[in-house]
Amino acid sequence: MTPLDFQNAWSVASKDFETFKRRRGIIYATIAFPLGIALGFPGILAAIAYAYPSTTSASAASFTPFLNAFSFWFVIGAASLPSGIASYSIAGEKIQKSLEPLLATPMTDSEILLGKSIACFIPPMVSIWASSVIYMVAMDALTRPWLGFLYYPNWSFGGMVFLLAPLASVLTIELTVILSARASDIRSVQQFTGILFFPFIVIYVATELGVIQLSGINLLIISGIFFLADVLLFYLSTATFKREEILTKWK
Amino acid sequence: MIETKNLTRKFGDLTAVDDLTLSVDEGEVFGFLGPNGAGKTTTIRMLACLISKTSGTAKVGDYDIGNSADQQKIRRMIGMVPDNVGLYDELTAYKNLDFYGRYYKVEESRRRERIEYFLKMLGLWEKKDIAAGTFSKGMKQKLAIARALVHDPEVLFLDEPTVNLDPEAAKTVRDFILDLKQEKKTIFLNTHNLDEAQRICGRIAILNTRLMAIGTPTELERSASGRKTVVQLEKVSDVIVSAAKKAGADVEAVEGNRLVIKVGDPEKENPDILGAIFAAGGRVQFVTEVSSTLEEVYLKLVRSQ
Repeated sequence: MTPLDFQNAWSVASKDFETFKRRRGIIYATIAFPLGIALGFPGILAAIAYAYPSTTSASAASFTPFLNAFSFWFVIGAASLPSGIASYSIAGEKIQKSLEPLLATPMTDSEILLGKSIACFIPPMVSIWASSVIYMVAMDALTRPWLGFLYYPNWSFGGMVFLLAPLASVLTIELTVILSARASDIRSVQQFTGILFFPFIVIYVATELGVIQLSGINLLIISGIFFLADVLLFYLSTATFKREEILTKWK
Repeated sequence: MIETKNLTRKFGDLTAVDDLTLSVDEGEVFGFLGPNGAGKTTTIRMLACLISKTSGTAKVGDYDIGNSADQQKIRRMIGMVPDNVGLYDELTAYKNLDFYGRYYKVEESRRRERIEYFLKMLGLWEKKDIAAGTFSKGMKQKLAIARALVHDPEVLFLDEPTVNLDPEAAKTVRDFILDLKQEKKTIFLNTHNLDEAQRICGRIAILNTRLMAIGTPTELERSASGRKTVVQLEKVSDVIVSAAKKAGADVEAVEGNRLVIKVGDPEKENPDILGAIFAAGGRVQFVTEVSSTLEEVYLKLVRSQ
């Protein structure tokens, strides 16, 4: 078996980065959603604080679970953003017929797939992480006077942003690879990957309703489930992304 | 450089390529003719190690397409232009070539040098910073060929490189292929353009799932109906025809004042036949050799299946 050459994968990713730069819509979408979370939720909180100036530290403590629920939107962002990029990177190339010359190069299937995965993973995650810093700063600035301490950073938020969000992102990328084999256009791939929203929305709603708490142990359990799903989809996506399969079975 | 033995590829019950045996020499421009669905693209894909074979063997250079360790080496020594050129439309002409140079690990200074060389050669240097998606079909085709050459491959697979091109663009591409011939590159050209194959290929194979014929264009033309000599006379008479026949001529037809004579070995037989015609009082105006056109040969072979 040929060892994986990271330089090859990086060349593939670099090409995709260059393409994304010319597709402004992808860049705007990648930045807008996490930035919206980073500014939107603190904005809501500021509006509440403005409407209820008598908020005390005791009443403020009661809304801390909501802060975790708000934070979970970064995970939802990580699950949704790669779909747009990955559908352009994989299904888009298939439609543009630019996969065949790429497959004729000496790179292995795994290197091409890794390169494409890197290209789909890095922009959303950078956007998510940068926005999460803005979010933490804004939230801390708002809540510290009430709580008397800095709520962020904390382990739960760290777990969501650095563990669950990347796992969710990988899940979407792998699912997009699999769906790209079957779909004949980019839009249908994006629509199908939308099904990934469902489990995340369920978790979010359950958190808002207080059914579950996004505490350390729960986050680890959820992360474990997503990790297993990632492993399963990894095998399916690598089995799908093979030269022979792409040229003879992909629609 | 390329050698196949009983190469076969099946897709389920459908046999795309059946029992293909051929060889292509180093530096040869080899034409692969056949109708749509004849298995030409499948053959190229097998030789480029993009899809597997069902049975048989094939070698590109010293490497076996069936050996997974060799497949990467084969892909390194070949360049490929598929029927859909598949350029990165958003990227500039230069970037399209540059990324492919990187995929083949061509060193940066060498990459710059080769990209400049090909873009200038193809008249695209002035447009190097323009997105490939805005190019005409001919320009895209040229760019795709340059992309396949940026790593200096030994073998170039071209799948219908002039299809859908206007005559001028097609000529530019053909001329470029002929230039590559001077560089001693082995070129495997899939086409169903008979005129193109005849003009640029040293040898031609006609495929219709199975290999129907192989040879130089002249050999193929002669193989279908043999060689013929046409003698245009001032006036044909029975005496002249019988004299020609006595000299061993196989007179196929008398068309007005023209005798159409089937000849196995015209270099040897024609002097005797013409001598007999002269002796019988025949006044010869023209003598020409005719054979079937490549188109006739192609249609005959393809329809015979």
